[in-house]
Amino acid sequence: MAHLLLNDVSVHFGGLQALSEVSFELRPGEVLGLIGPNGAGKTTIFNVITGVYRVSGGEVAYAGRKLAGLKPHQILAAGIARTFQNIRLFTAMTALENVMVAQHCRTRAGVLGAVLRSPAQRREEARIREQARAALDFVGLANVADQVARNLPYGLQRRLEIARALGSEPNTILLDEPAAGLNPSESRDLMDLIRRIRDRGLNVLLVEHDMKVVMGVSDRLVVLDHGELICQGRPDEVKKNKRVIEAYLGH
Amino acid sequence: MTRESRRAWLTFAVALGWFFLLLWPLTGIKADGSLTFDQTLAIFWRVAAAAAVLVVFWRLKRKGSFDGAGRGLATARAALARGISVVPAWIWWILLAAGALSYPLLTNRYGQDVAVTVLVYICLGLGLNVVVGLAGLLDLGYIAFYGVGAYTYALLSVNYGLSFWLCLPLAAALAAIAGCIIGYPTLRMRGDYLAIVTLGFGEIVRIILNNWMELTNGPKGIISIPPPSIYVPELEPTLHFVPFELRKITYAYYVILGLAVFTVVAVHRLNFSRIGRAWEAIREDETAAELMGVNTFLLKLLAYAMGAVFGGLAGAFYAARYRFVNPDPFTFIESAMVLAMVVLGGLGSIPGIILGALALIALPEVFRGFELYRMLAFGGAMTVMMLVRPAGLIPAKRMGQRSEERD
Repeated sequence: MAHLLLNDVSVHFGGLQALSEVSFELRPGEVLGLIGPNGAGKTTIFNVITGVYRVSGGEVAYAGRKLAGLKPHQILAAGIARTFQNIRLFTAMTALENVMVAQHCRTRAGVLGAVLRSPAQRREEARIREQARAALDFVGLANVADQVARNLPYGLQRRLEIARALGSEPNTILLDEPAAGLNPSESRDLMDLIRRIRDRGLNVLLVEHDMKVVMGVSDRLVVLDHGELICQGRPDEVKKNKRVIEAYLGH
Repeated sequence: MTRESRRAWLTFAVALGWFFLLLWPLTGIKADGSLTFDQTLAIFWRVAAAAAVLVVFWRLKRKGSFDGAGRGLATARAALARGISVVPAWIWWILLAAGALSYPLLTNRYGQDVAVTVLVYICLGLGLNVVVGLAGLLDLGYIAFYGVGAYTYALLSVNYGLSFWLCLPLAAALAAIAGCIIGYPTLRMRGDYLAIVTLGFGEIVRIILNNWMELTNGPKGIISIPPPSIYVPELEPTLHFVPFELRKITYAYYVILGLAVFTVVAVHRLNFSRIGRAWEAIREDETAAELMGVNTFLLKLLAYAMGAVFGGLAGAFYAARYRFVNPDPFTFIESAMVLAMVVLGGLGSIPGIILGALALIALPEVFRGFELYRMLAFGGAMTVMMLVRPAGLIPAKRMGQRSEERD
């Protein structure tokens, strides 16, 4: 199953301890909110899980398999997709093409297939297109499929990032501040979208500063501060936790 | 005369003065020691007059004197576009094919010679386009693969008597291997560093060709390389096939036309496949591409190898056409020339690169009488191009097309 487990994960850059012995799990079919003040190490956790950073200690396991030493593209192939805090779309490509790129790891056709347009390659291309359209449709972007990503309004670019991540047919999706810069009505749509993603059987790890969103959709919360896990539990429990209040409001 | 137009004319005068200075190499010295400006002035006045006319037109246009004519032109252009779109595309393709096939019948040897050179550069430009235009890796040593292809055919045919048609895939394969050997260590670098290292590797290949006497015969080169040959049926005394050497330039034209068409189709199809999309993703944002499941290192290596394949094919043809190779043609300036075609035509745009190759090979031929100033005109044209059309003559089209089912 798509069970993501972080076990005593530590990361340091030179003398800077970005994460120290963080352990938590993301269970199949749940939305886990990851919160904490700026610089708490939330994005570092994403980068560790997706293979951008190496762990200095501890391990990350996914579906019973250790992720240490895997390259980012192999981790996507294993079923963990992510979005970016600062939108990183392929800006000159159309929305549909952006999502089609995510299918790369699910397809096999090589140079010869492409040059000769073999039947297998044509079938695969048709499948890629179909999957990409389905992902765009799911996030409600079907009508802008042929628009260049750069020209899309900000809110739609955020959605396109999610569509691109979904386009890789993941079991787990990591969302890095998907509500950043969205207006209240867009945030509500986003919450709805996250719930629908969960209902498809995906588990979601959500980093978010917008408390309304994070409290609204998360089944459980994990709170980080200065690279340490200070609390985890249900949203209503976490809200009352003394250390959490301290971390956010100071002493 | 308004202030603005006075300033425009002043700028024009300064530009003319600068141009006059540029003409100093035409200054001669007579037997009695006095300088002569005859040649300088002959060119200077012609250019000055032409430029002045252009400036007058430009000023009038700014004033709006041509607005009526401009509207007329726009309607005419729209009507023409409608007319063109009425005729189905396949008719244009047939006309194009007929034109390309009948070209040698309508031109003399010189015309065919230029056409062959243009086609060779189209192959090279499209090959480099895979690396620079699609994958976004700046490669300044591309001509090395042209050299590898040329020497592969030269050595295999002279020493082992292998036929041209067999050597084509072998040259492509060896060039691809060379591409991987060069690409493996260099592709860990990005941007400017990659450009410098590829420049170095390009020179290394040329220097190896120059110094490996035992294999390549060094600067003396390899002579009497056989031209491509085909088997033609003969009825006397019984039906049998005899080899027929495609010695004439006309045949060479058809061979390279075939290669160029293959290159165009292959590059187009690669571009419109999952590999092409992955290349473009790498060009756009390498880190994001890696995180979205693209094995960036492997695909960059593949881009390098595919570029090398097309360069190698063109190289094998080069050796077969001139029936002589030495290391001289594989210099950096050739790499720069091919790169200029790709950039001038439009990165990633196949029709653009074809036009770029035409512009950079055929136009200098037209201005042959003006030999000394070819490079100046060249530089001037490039500068104007970059100002007027920074994305190239025919910029690559952005469209949902890459994702649509279309040929």
